[in-house]
Amino acid sequence: MNEISRQGIDKFIDNAKNIIDTFTGSFLRSGKPTSDRSRAAVMFNNFFLHVQGVKTHMNTLRPSYTLGMGLAAFFLFVIACVSGVLLMIYYNPSIENAYNTVKDLTYVVFAGKLARNIHKWAGEAMIIFVFLHMARVFYTGSYKSGREFNWVIGIVLLAVTFVVNLSGYILPWDQLSYWALVITSNIMQSPKELTDSLGITQYFDIGGFQKELFLGGLTPGKESLTRVYLFHIMLLPLVLLIFIAVHFWRIRKDGGLTKPEAFQPQESDAQLFSTPDKKGGIFTTNKTYGLMELAGGRTPAVDKDVENTVLSWPNLLLAEAAVLFVCLAAVVVYSFFIDAPLKELANPLIPENPAKAPWYFLGLQELLSYSAFMGGVGLPTLALLGLALIPYLDREQDNVGIWFSSKMGKSVALQSFFTGIVVLIGLLAAAIRFGWLRNWLPNIPQLIITIVNPGSIWVAFVIGWSLFVIKKTGSTRMGAIALFTMFLMSYIVLTYVGTELRGPNWGFYWSRSQWPSH
Amino acid sequence: MSSAIVDDKERLSRRDFIGLASLGAVVLSSLSLLAGIFRMTRANVHYEEATKFKIGKIDNFPAGTVRKLDGRGVFIFASDEGIHAISSVCTHLGCIVSKTETGFQCPCHGSRYNESGKVIAGPAPRSLAWLEISQDVDGSLVVDAAKDVPAGTKYKFYA
Repeated sequence: MNEISRQGIDKFIDNAKNIIDTFTGSFLRSGKPTSDRSRAAVMFNNFFLHVQGVKTHMNTLRPSYTLGMGLAAFFLFVIACVSGVLLMIYYNPSIENAYNTVKDLTYVVFAGKLARNIHKWAGEAMIIFVFLHMARVFYTGSYKSGREFNWVIGIVLLAVTFVVNLSGYILPWDQLSYWALVITSNIMQSPKELTDSLGITQYFDIGGFQKELFLGGLTPGKESLTRVYLFHIMLLPLVLLIFIAVHFWRIRKDGGLTKPEAFQPQESDAQLFSTPDKKGGIFTTNKTYGLMELAGGRTPAVDKDVENTVLSWPNLLLAEAAVLFVCLAAVVVYSFFIDAPLKELANPLIPENPAKAPWYFLGLQELLSYSAFMGGVGLPTLALLGLALIPYLDREQDNVGIWFSSKMGKSVALQSFFTGIVVLIGLLAAAIRFGWLRNWLPNIPQLIITIVNPGSIWVAFVIGWSLFVIKKTGSTRMGAIALFTMFLMSYIVLTYVGTELRGPNWGFYWSRSQWPSH
Repeated sequence: MSSAIVDDKERLSRRDFIGLASLGAVVLSSLSLLAGIFRMTRANVHYEEATKFKIGKIDNFPAGTVRKLDGRGVFIFASDEGIHAISSVCTHLGCIVSKTETGFQCPCHGSRYNESGKVIAGPAPRSLAWLEISQDVDGSLVVDAAKDVPAGTKYKFYA
């Protein structure tokens, strides 16, 4: 009896003494990453890490290849989510309280101003980096060789990023928010321009339907704010998360990032990864097992790692941590010095003049000024569709993983860029200087203006130019480079025009100082 | 963390020192971020009614009066030694107590207190709080329901 109870108590005391080790051992089951085997195990045993491969190709780690753009966009999303949750502690989405709670956050709440700035700047930087990432993926031809659908998912992410930013812009319910909401609801209504000019609105009022769905009524008010809040904090982040998850999954399934076929490791690559120190250090080695891998190819590879890959732990994770910290530092420093704007409380009786959308939509607003339907619906849809179809219209598989594909690619890009700038600025200047069709033919039917306006002419030119490049070079890739370069350039130019050169009544002014004072 | 970080025979290498230092920096900054986040959740401004309230001038409380201010949850007693305020919120679950011959009685679960608010029966865990009374510049007396004072504290004020 004594012996048994002694055994039992000893067991219990032993277990209690070893609790720290057994507890940590139960969730860090691969042990310390001191051997290649345990470094591999850390990656594939971990729920979060195992979406990444155990080994990473050296090309992926080269900063000059990806510039970390995709990672930056993702980390900015994470930063925006965290800061957003903090803002939710104090923000109230009713039209009586929204503005005051945002003022409270800015002036009363501890670190409230910093949190709001971080949230806004991370969210808007996300747009910039999503564009940069898309450009990197495009120019390295990484939408090819099995990655076509991931490109489409990326385009979906681009669109949702815009909408989530816009919905956030509306929440403070200040003059900027309110009039942005009014403009957006009118964009929702822009199909009406087409149905009106075809005379079918009474049967088929998509414009009115969309506007009412978005506003929760016929005019912007408390129902609109509730809906926009729902989109911004729940629906759209959820959609983003799901698509991001699929986007990452597909990267893995498509074989990781692209790399040039003729990849050769360089001297400089040695800086990007470390071969683990097998002797000494904090984590002592206890190498009793080696790591076996399956590799492609038929020739023996002596003194080289398999297929120019290195272990993801720690090399890939360190690279990702580096991008995260740079993003975090940049956002926090920027937010420390530059404040997110907040104007007076929303006043439906005093329209802002000019009533401008947030900067990322000003390019679109410029197009809207020519035709509501084309600027709001037609051209953006065409642009998104065009982007999404690139991997299906250009199926050449050579030079994947090389920036601009080739020397010809570089010169096509340059030529398209400069030709495009001249034509676009010429079109805009002509419209600004001489006006458009209605100035000379006051009774011209709206349908003609919808079809023939600077925006649609520009898009027609871009398509025509790309087809011309395809004919001239015999290559769909060159045509795609021409199209994409012009698209990117026109987005930047139109955004610039909308931001800096448009004043009250959407008139043209060389600078803000020339605006008539109200 | 392995306990064999620094051996007497093996000094910490530069690489390991820098590694540990950066890890430490990351941990420290994460902790301060967490601390900042928690501080942010504590409101700097309360949009509720203030805990201090005026009860009138000292002349309104001649010696020997007892007044129950229901909306404020407090009894005001005036005597020759001075004026004092006893909270009427039962320390059990917050019901308002009533005054009896011998002290106070809570109608909810039967807690009983003596005349000084000391708990003598029932589930109440603590005695009724005595509250701070101060005098405002215009002579009015101000009770602070958030400030407890030791039982027996009586205040003398002059008009």
